[in-house]
Formats: sequence, C-alpha cells, structure tokens
Amino acid sequence: MRPQTRWLSLVSACGAVLLLGSVSPAPAQETHVGSLTGRAAAGKPLYTRYCAGCHGDDGDAQGENAQWIDPKPRDFTTGTFKCRSTPSGSLPTDQDLFNSVTRGFVTTNMPPWVALTAQNRVDVVSYIKTFSSRWQRARPGTPITIPPEPAPTIQSILHGRELYQRMECWKCHGPAGHGDGPSAKTLTDSKDDPIRPYNFQTGSRFMCGTTNQDLYRIFMTGLDGSPMPSFDDQLKPADAWDLVHFLRTLQPLKTPEATIWRAWFTTHGRELKPIGQEGGGQ
Amino acid sequence: MIARFAAGLVVLSVSGAAAGPSLRPAPAGAISGKVTYTGTLPKVRPIDMSKEPACVAAHPTPVTTQDAVTGPGNSVRYVVVYISAGDQGAPAATDTVHYDQKGCLYIPHVAAMQVHQPLAIFNDDPHSHNIHPLARVNAEWNKSQPKGAPPIRTSWDQPEFIPVKCNVHPWMHGYFAVLATPHSDVTDSSGNFSLGGLPPGKYTVTAWHERFGTQSQEVTVGGSETKTANFVLTARPY
Repeated sequence: MRPQTRWLSLVSACGAVLLLGSVSPAPAQETHVGSLTGRAAAGKPLYTRYCAGCHGDDGDAQGENAQWIDPKPRDFTTGTFKCRSTPSGSLPTDQDLFNSVTRGFVTTNMPPWVALTAQNRVDVVSYIKTFSSRWQRARPGTPITIPPEPAPTIQSILHGRELYQRMECWKCHGPAGHGDGPSAKTLTDSKDDPIRPYNFQTGSRFMCGTTNQDLYRIFMTGLDGSPMPSFDDQLKPADAWDLVHFLRTLQPLKTPEATIWRAWFTTHGRELKPIGQEGGGQ
Repeated sequence: MIARFAAGLVVLSVSGAAAGPSLRPAPAGAISGKVTYTGTLPKVRPIDMSKEPACVAAHPTPVTTQDAVTGPGNSVRYVVVYISAGDQGAPAATDTVHYDQKGCLYIPHVAAMQVHQPLAIFNDDPHSHNIHPLARVNAEWNKSQPKGAPPIRTSWDQPEFIPVKCNVHPWMHGYFAVLATPHSDVTDSSGNFSLGGLPPGKYTVTAWHERFGTQSQEVTVGGSETKTANFVLTARPY
C-alpha cells in the first residue's frame, strides 16, 4: 500500500470509529456503579499516575515496581480476577472491581484507594477493562444469590466443621486453619508463582472483604487465578452458611460463632475427632 | 423444464441441510500415521503421591511423569494430531468427551475436543480434586469436585491448548486440546493416530506435543483412500 493510500484509509478508519462511537459507545469502556458512570478516557491519566507503577502501562503487571512485589500485581490482560460476586470463569461486575480498588488487598502491596474520589475509582475501573478483549467478548456473570444468614448455633458450627473435613479445606488451610495443610507448600497461582493459603489464625481481614457474607462469597465463587476453587456447585446455601460459622471459630476473634464454640468445646471438646487425613471431622 | 426445476429444489434442500448432519454418505477418506521423536528425551521422574495415601494405594507400580511418554521405536504418546486447514464446514462433533480423575492422574492425560463440543469431567477418586484449566484465550476457571460429586459438564468457546492442573495434588497435569476441527486424535502408546471421515480434499495435518512443539504437513486425500502421514518431532531434554 502506498503511503498516501495508507493515510487515506487511516483517516477514513478514524472517521468510522468516531461515527460508531457517537452511535453506540463500546459497552466495555463504560462502567456503572450505583449512580456513577465511569469513563475509560477519564480513568487513563489516573491509572498512569497511581496504578501503572505496579500494574504496567499496558496492564500486563510489568510495571517498574512489579519485580519487587510479592504477591505479584494483577495482570489485567488476562481478564481474570480473584474477588468476584460472579461464578468462577466469568467476568466480575463493575461493583466487584470498584470494591476491590476501594478495599485494596490486605497482606499485599495493593492499598485501599479511598484517597481517590468514588468518581475517580469508577473511571479507573473503566480503564482497567480496556486491557483484556474478554470485556468485548463476554458480559459479567450473574452474581450468586446469597440468602439471609441464619443465626449461628453449635449444630451449624459442628456441621460446618464436618464440611471443612469433607470438602477437604484442610488440605491447604490446615486442620486448625493455620494455612499449613499438606498441599500448602506446593501451591502456585496461575502464573506459577508460589502463593500461600489464608491463615485463619492471623485473624486478619480476608482477601475479598471482612463480613460473613464476604466469606460466603469467597469460597462459593472461588478466587480465580489462584488455587482456591469455587464451591457453589457443591454446597447448598444452608451448608455454606454452616461452613462460614465454623470458619469464624478458627479465627482468634470475639465473634458470636467463637463464643458459642468455646463454651461448647470446654465441655465436649474431647468427643471430637481430629480434622485431617485420619479424621472424621465429627 | 419442470424436472430440472425439481432437481434444483432437491439440490437446494440438500445444501440447506449442510449445516446439520449430511444427508448423503460422503466418501470417507482417512489419514493415519505414527509420531516418533529424535533428540534427547527429558528425564522421566517418579511421582511422589505420599500426600494422598489413597492414590499411593491405587498404583501398585510406581507412576512416572506423563509430559514425555514414549514407546518402542521412539514412538510418542499423547500427541494431538488434527486437521488445521482444509475441513472448514465439517459437521460439528457432538459426542461428549470424557475426562477422568482417577488415582490422582488425569485419564486421558491429553483430551482433544472441538470448540463447543460437550466435555464431562469425572472424579472417580475417594477424595476431592480441584479442576483448574489455566486458560488464557478462553475463560480460566477453578472448581472443586469432592468425592461422589456429579460430573462437571462444560465446553470451550475458542481454540486453545489449555493446561489443566489440580492445586491439591501438584503432580496432576493434563491438557485440553480445544480445536477448530472435529477431526482430531491423540496418539496411543505406539504413537499411532487415525483421522477418519475425511471427504476428498487437500488438508493440513498438524501434530502438537506439550514438550516437543508443533509440526505440520499437507496431505491430499482422494476418494475413500487412507493416506499415511508420519511425524518426527524433536525431543528436548529441558
């Protein structure tokens, strides 16, 4: 193609893009959270200033700081995200990404970006969605339904303990939730970097939230890109709540679940089978 | 004139049905052959399954790594051989591909399938696995499958060689070879493959191995003959 012709075709292509843009804006470029609408163009300078240092100008997790960071920053070009309200394998909702930017990731180098206005954060989310073509090919998944939480009882906690054994949570998270199960040491994320399972004994916030509902969502949807699988095909909602109640007893926190558990354990603790390879968990 | 018109209608109706199963029995040619290697093989290492006692018990003889399985005459097992060009418009494969987790191994180690072809993943072990296809072009997902759980039924949208792993049992590695074509085969323990049901035409046949790379050759099939296409892959120790 001669240079002149190339120019002409470039100009006409730009014209076509402009025309198309005015008729139907690309859905992926726009983000909606509550009453806020984010735009990628507005998010780009914010991303370049605040995010690119780790996540890279191209969103490929190759920012200049990335080599010093563990765990590694998220690679936006794969379109895979840990914290989602949607089933494993589907794209997160705008609200999910907004929550992640707002909350940050405890135990990682990603801080909570509350210093940015909500509008700024929605714009950044909009720009993040331009790095993977998945946002053009697919729509976000439908968030899983979380029924209201029943009150914790010793029965629900004990049943949750049985599920912790049967679903083999202990193989990574350890019999006592210390993150020291038999498979813990060999875990790698989807980029083959070593990764640690959550240690309940630290009592720290979870990767994707702090509430019982967040905990429910974490194991039901799984953390895509990490070894943590989803359980929503395997656990009924009532079972999932029981598991939440038991998991809370593994943390050194003054939660209602821990209070019920400790009171029961002082009198009945000896009746329990250990959790683990030989254990029945009940 | 009327007869010619009617004949035209018949032709139209036949071509209209071409998207579904063909009404006419097409002459079925085939391409078969053998895949061998030259070069130095990577070391075959024993797998330590002691983390999972049930899987140790499931294998009376020690199990070795499956990323380079070879047989007599330098034959290579688990090579995906498929038509990479020339069979556009072939009827889609609709039978369900089965992928088992048994004795802490993926059976088969490599499963070939067409895009959108049904895939069913079974857990035949007395304990949990998580199935984690590390897709890049398709959507990566990761699901738990405890013992006795029903099969996971799914399919893939885009052609891609997807590594599959179980995070609980780090020695478990496999592949989903998702292809645009319905014509594919995975070499057996003697390195043999066979691609059947090919109408006359010129095809590009490609062999893919997870360690030894990709190789292609052109094969012309006429009528209902069986053409031979052999591949020699270069083995690399690392």
